[in-house]
Amino acid sequence: MTTPATSTPATNIRSNLWGVGSYLLLALLLLVVFPLAMDVFRLGLAAKYMSLAFCAVGIVLVWGYGGILSLGQGVFFGLGSYFMAMFLKLEAAANADSSSGTALSAFFGTAGLPDFMAWNSVEVLPWWWEPFHHVSFTILAILIGPPLVAFILGYVNFRKRVGGVYFSIVTLALSAIMAIVIIGQQGYTGGVNGITDFKTFLGMDLDNERAKFVMYFITAGLLLLCVAAGAFILRSRLGRVLVAIRDREDRVRFSGYDPAMFKAFIFAVAAMFSAIGGAMFTIQVGLASPSLVGIVPSVEMVIYAAVGGRLSLIGAVYGALLVGWAKTFFSENFVEYWFYFIGVLFVVVVMFLPTGLAGLLDKVRTRMRRAEG
Amino acid sequence: MNLDMMAMQAFTGLSIFTILTLMALGLAIVFGLMGVINMAHGELMAMGAYTTYFTSLFFAKFLPGLFGIYFLVGIVLAFFVTFAFGWILERGLIRFLYKRPLDTMLATWGLSLILQQLYRQFINAKEVEVTTVSWLKGAWQVTEGVSLPLSRLFIIGLAVVTAIAVYMFLYRTRWGLRIRAVTQNRPMAGAAGINTERVDAFTFALGCGLAGIAGSSFTMLASTGPTTGQAYIVDTFIVVVFGGVESLLGTIASAFMIGQMQSWFEYSMSGSMARASILLLVIVVLYFRPNGLFATKVRRA
Repeated sequence: MTTPATSTPATNIRSNLWGVGSYLLLALLLLVVFPLAMDVFRLGLAAKYMSLAFCAVGIVLVWGYGGILSLGQGVFFGLGSYFMAMFLKLEAAANADSSSGTALSAFFGTAGLPDFMAWNSVEVLPWWWEPFHHVSFTILAILIGPPLVAFILGYVNFRKRVGGVYFSIVTLALSAIMAIVIIGQQGYTGGVNGITDFKTFLGMDLDNERAKFVMYFITAGLLLLCVAAGAFILRSRLGRVLVAIRDREDRVRFSGYDPAMFKAFIFAVAAMFSAIGGAMFTIQVGLASPSLVGIVPSVEMVIYAAVGGRLSLIGAVYGALLVGWAKTFFSENFVEYWFYFIGVLFVVVVMFLPTGLAGLLDKVRTRMRRAEG
Repeated sequence: MNLDMMAMQAFTGLSIFTILTLMALGLAIVFGLMGVINMAHGELMAMGAYTTYFTSLFFAKFLPGLFGIYFLVGIVLAFFVTFAFGWILERGLIRFLYKRPLDTMLATWGLSLILQQLYRQFINAKEVEVTTVSWLKGAWQVTEGVSLPLSRLFIIGLAVVTAIAVYMFLYRTRWGLRIRAVTQNRPMAGAAGINTERVDAFTFALGCGLAGIAGSSFTMLASTGPTTGQAYIVDTFIVVVFGGVESLLGTIASAFMIGQMQSWFEYSMSGSMARASILLLVIVVLYFRPNGLFATKVRRA
């Protein structure tokens, strides 16, 4: 769990090299190997798992280094996803050949209104939908909204020293609330079906193969950026304090730091990553759905990070990709065994591989180095 | 609304309360006394419900003359089945994770997914229902407008008896003394000759057994499906946290309040929004009272 206490300059350089090397390998894989080796359909799946990997990277920061187990990352993923969906839906509704059908909607006086609202006899666009006509507002909302919510929620809770399993339960309740509200307010949120049927993004046809490639590369770039940002944070003094808080919160407090501030900050960063992932998910998969918001997906996101290694940002990406592919594999071949697989995965990883695949790799490396000299 | 309807509404709240109480008591014992979060608690409740269901099938087929008492047998069986399962679970998994409470959540979550799928595959993917025994079928006509279903009255009684039994067990018996001793000071309890590992297993199994009883009474209220437990788990956690994890009375009081709120809120808005507002309310209350509503002020080491 702890970083090695004895770090001579030589081992430092070596571990730096290792870190940079594995980052470049990931970049090579995402930017070159995947696009070359996969057809559009498989690439779309990769993009989907990569969107979820944003959450896993955030979970590594919050859980692995902050010691806070958030079972509510789906909330932030969902916020990003729904903000983007609202924008896309309004664009689709304003578009002439949208599924709303101009003649029909003009007849009912619902032109420019998302189709599901018309079906639910909501006649006027709710005021909080209005600003999502603008792409700049939408992007700002995605980047600022979820982190702000996370920061406030985190700060008030951490200041009251609600931590450990209590905070986990609070986040769990939040995921439940979000899913319940979305499903309950069908007229405003699309309900259990979610928001879908988008067509275009800023005039770009989303079904177009080229658009899919563009979106894939944007997602991969953003993901690599998030991993780099996470690594930067962890290497800064802030990251050191964070690890210190995880291991001995009271001592850090006695040294004059405010642990709540640090924990809330990292929680907000993770929320932002998740929200970006959610937005990219919606653009590429063409769907914002409550099934990606509630308790089950939120807890599932933790297993991505756990499989890859809760202390490894890069590992989290691999974890998300691996578990994602496993899910597709099971759903294509034998659906009923997926739950056994993921269930056993939770138990086995926690029991036997608490540091995940990255930890396993580290062990192998140490052993090899010992063998060398 | 008139007085009769208010009485009925309050009674509906009481029925939700009984399930929540029974679930939360088990969880509070495991969580409050041992600091372990069992995310599979809901699936253990479902296990209790299925045990009752199979008991009813068995009686209907082989002992139709005694069908009237199957429910009582079912409750006892549900307790012992979940108790045994809890014991095995503690020995096989939980005991390795006592120092890592967050990891326990994840491992037990994994277990809950496995159990759900087992129910789906080997019992029934659809919801199953039990036949209510004849002597619980009617309703008690209190006044003209107020009639209380007997089955609900019965499970309220069951909850009261169980709560008293748990209290008596923890505070009046040798085993209860051991459990409390280990909770308060593990090394000293061990030094005094208490087998702390066995106490751990027993305490955990007891909590699971209570979930079994909750499941058994749940069959009286609704039908049981593979994901029945999952629907209740968050509410149960909220009840336990809301009440303050270290007080059993607090747990009962908070189950009562949340049950009542659920029933009253549902009267004024849709069921799902009622649930969402309650959860939100509890989060807000937790901000002001982080240790729960009924926690006594204690200094902790």
